[in-house]
Amino acid sequence: LGKKIIDAELLEELEELLITADMGVETSLGLIEAVRDKVKRKELTDPARLKTHLKAEMLTLLTGVAVPPLHPGKPHVVMVIGVNGVGKTTTIAKLAHHDLEQGEKVLLVAADTFRAAAIEQLEIWGQRAGAAVIKQKTGSDPAAVVFDGLAAALARRVDKVYIDTAGRLHTKVNLMEELKKVARTAAKQIEGAPHEVLLVLDATTGQNAINQARLFHEAIGVTGIIMTKLDGTAKGGVALGVVQETGLPLQFIGVGEQMDDLRPFEPEAYLEAILG
Amino acid sequence: MFDRLSDKLGKVFKKLKGHGKLTEANIQEALREVRLALLEADVHYKVAKTFIDRIRERALGQEVMTSLTPGQQVVKIVHDELAALLGGEAPRLELGGKTPVALMLVGLQGSGKTTTAAKLALYLKKQGRQPLLAPVDTQRPAAIEQLHRLGAEIGVDVYRSQPQQNPVALASEAMAAAVAKGHDVLLLDTAGRLHVDAPLMAELQAIKADVGPAEILLVADAMTGQDAVAVAQNFHEALDLTGVILTKVEGDARGGAALSMRTVVNKPIKFLGVGEKLDALEVFHPDRLASRILGM
Ligand SMILES: Nc1nc2c(ncn2[C@@H]2O[C@H](COP(=O)(O)OP(=O)(O)OP(=O)(O)O)[C@@H](O)[C@H]2O)c(=O)[nH]1
Ligand SMILES: Nc1nc2c(ncn2[C@@H]2O[C@H](COP(=O)(O)OP(=O)(O)OP(=O)(O)O)[C@@H](O)[C@H]2O)c(=O)[nH]1
Ligand SMILES: [K+]
Ligand SMILES: [Mg+2]
Ligand SMILES: [Mg+2]
Repeated sequence: LGKKIIDAELLEELEELLITADMGVETSLGLIEAVRDKVKRKELTDPARLKTHLKAEMLTLLTGVAVPPLHPGKPHVVMVIGVNGVGKTTTIAKLAHHDLEQGEKVLLVAADTFRAAAIEQLEIWGQRAGAAVIKQKTGSDPAAVVFDGLAAALARRVDKVYIDTAGRLHTKVNLMEELKKVARTAAKQIEGAPHEVLLVLDATTGQNAINQARLFHEAIGVTGIIMTKLDGTAKGGVALGVVQETGLPLQFIGVGEQMDDLRPFEPEAYLEAILG
Repeated sequence: MFDRLSDKLGKVFKKLKGHGKLTEANIQEALREVRLALLEADVHYKVAKTFIDRIRERALGQEVMTSLTPGQQVVKIVHDELAALLGGEAPRLELGGKTPVALMLVGLQGSGKTTTAAKLALYLKKQGRQPLLAPVDTQRPAAIEQLHRLGAEIGVDVYRSQPQQNPVALASEAMAAAVAKGHDVLLLDTAGRLHVDAPLMAELQAIKADVGPAEILLVADAMTGQDAVAVAQNFHEALDLTGVILTKVEGDARGGAALSMRTVVNKPIKFLGVGEKLDALEVFHPDRLASRILGM
């Protein structure tokens, strides 16, 4: 974007930049339309200021978000949900690792009883991080595992519980019902549980992430979003649309496959990566 | 959602009723709507542009200009061209040549490689083949166990890989085991990796050189966005892919990434994954995917 004036060509370059970052037609064209107006009214003339201007606009889109009040609970129960393969189990390992380093006592609950070797995968992560894992057999009722898990959490006086759930497409009504049942089971056992419901989105996902966020939020009531796989070339620009649609905050990002590859979400850096 | 593009185009052309004849500008406006529909469906920016350039001439042709229903005409042209681009050669697995024939599955993390390996094994078993599944993912925790469980479920042998082994050596050993045990197909399930991870991409090249697979299939998530082009490009450059398998297609993603990848790789989309169960594998219909991308 190293131009003398803001002309149609520059705006088209900008359009390409925003769309290829997965920001979607609506958000991208909305931003560009606003720039076009400002240029017409001579409020914006210098191409060098264009980036700063856009960044500020995008920042307001990201931060007009009300963070839902956290119901403190002991143990603090966190449920992790999302579609297949986005990185839920790995993210739990990262979150647990983070908490353990803060000196908290953490328990993991293997409520993905469906996918082959999902329990073993969580167990290995539990060993690496140093957190106990509560499990049952493959194929058992996830709500029953959660019941066991929370009973153990109370008995062992842990600080944090992470519930790993099976990946499911947001369009599968019966599987969404199953998730609701898991949440209800938790609520019966510990007041206010699950205290957090984290939705994991994959940065390589395009506009479908908006549907994912909307339907998971409608069904379960999500409290925050984690975007994984931002270590690749995908920019994860759909997050702007997700935040607009749901009003939910982005809390963490995943930047690799190891336990310490989790970062707090920093809007400035994220937007910098999109605008280059 | 149903027929949204048709509705929009209908509106574009309705505005001109009374003006009499359609003009080039009218068609341009219609093409703009088509382009936006493609972008909303996650077709890559540049791919959408090239596609519009390609259909412009036909859209400007007599059949549209003189039609009583220009909106429907444009939709039909777009749909047909899209299906043609998505289709092409007959999407069958290449299983000729010396047995055991090796098939290799590659792709980003979590795209569905392991599940798809098992699905293909079941599909081949039903055709009377004797496949051997080989886990060469020593990276993801319990990846080997995952494939063993899936193999047991469908009654297909799984090679006894050990997580501390080197993936390249593992692939060769699995091939030797396939020969020794009389299997006719070897299915290699590789670890998920980023297309920009040079050492891991080189590892795939080494496996390819050692095993000489007849098919190297990119397994990609139907929900993928604009990154599909970079992913397909890098995997194709490194490995010379023979085809693409699209997973998680049973959801509500519009699947525009398929067009992006098809354009870059220029090799057929061979199968669709339509569920987590191991029989949830379908052959690909370009027609249906074209309708879906257009939101029809
Ligand atoms: N590059 C990269 N890979 C990641 C990241 N997070 C997770 N992964 C990888 O993505 C793949 C899927 O991760 P999982 O944690 O198993 O995903 P999941 O959502 O639990 O999957 P299901 O339980 O099958 O739905 C694994 O290969 C992970 O190593 C990330 O931030 N960056
Ligand atoms: N809904 C749906 N889920 C699928 C499909 N194919 C695979 N999955 C799910 O997607 C998730 C990831 O699948 P895997 O087969 O483990 O993916 P992978 O590419 O081997 O993952 P890594 O080895 O970690 O890179 C699992 O939850 C699968 O059950 C599909 O067609 N539809
Ligand atoms: K994915
Ligand atoms: Mg998982
Ligand atoms: Mg795998």
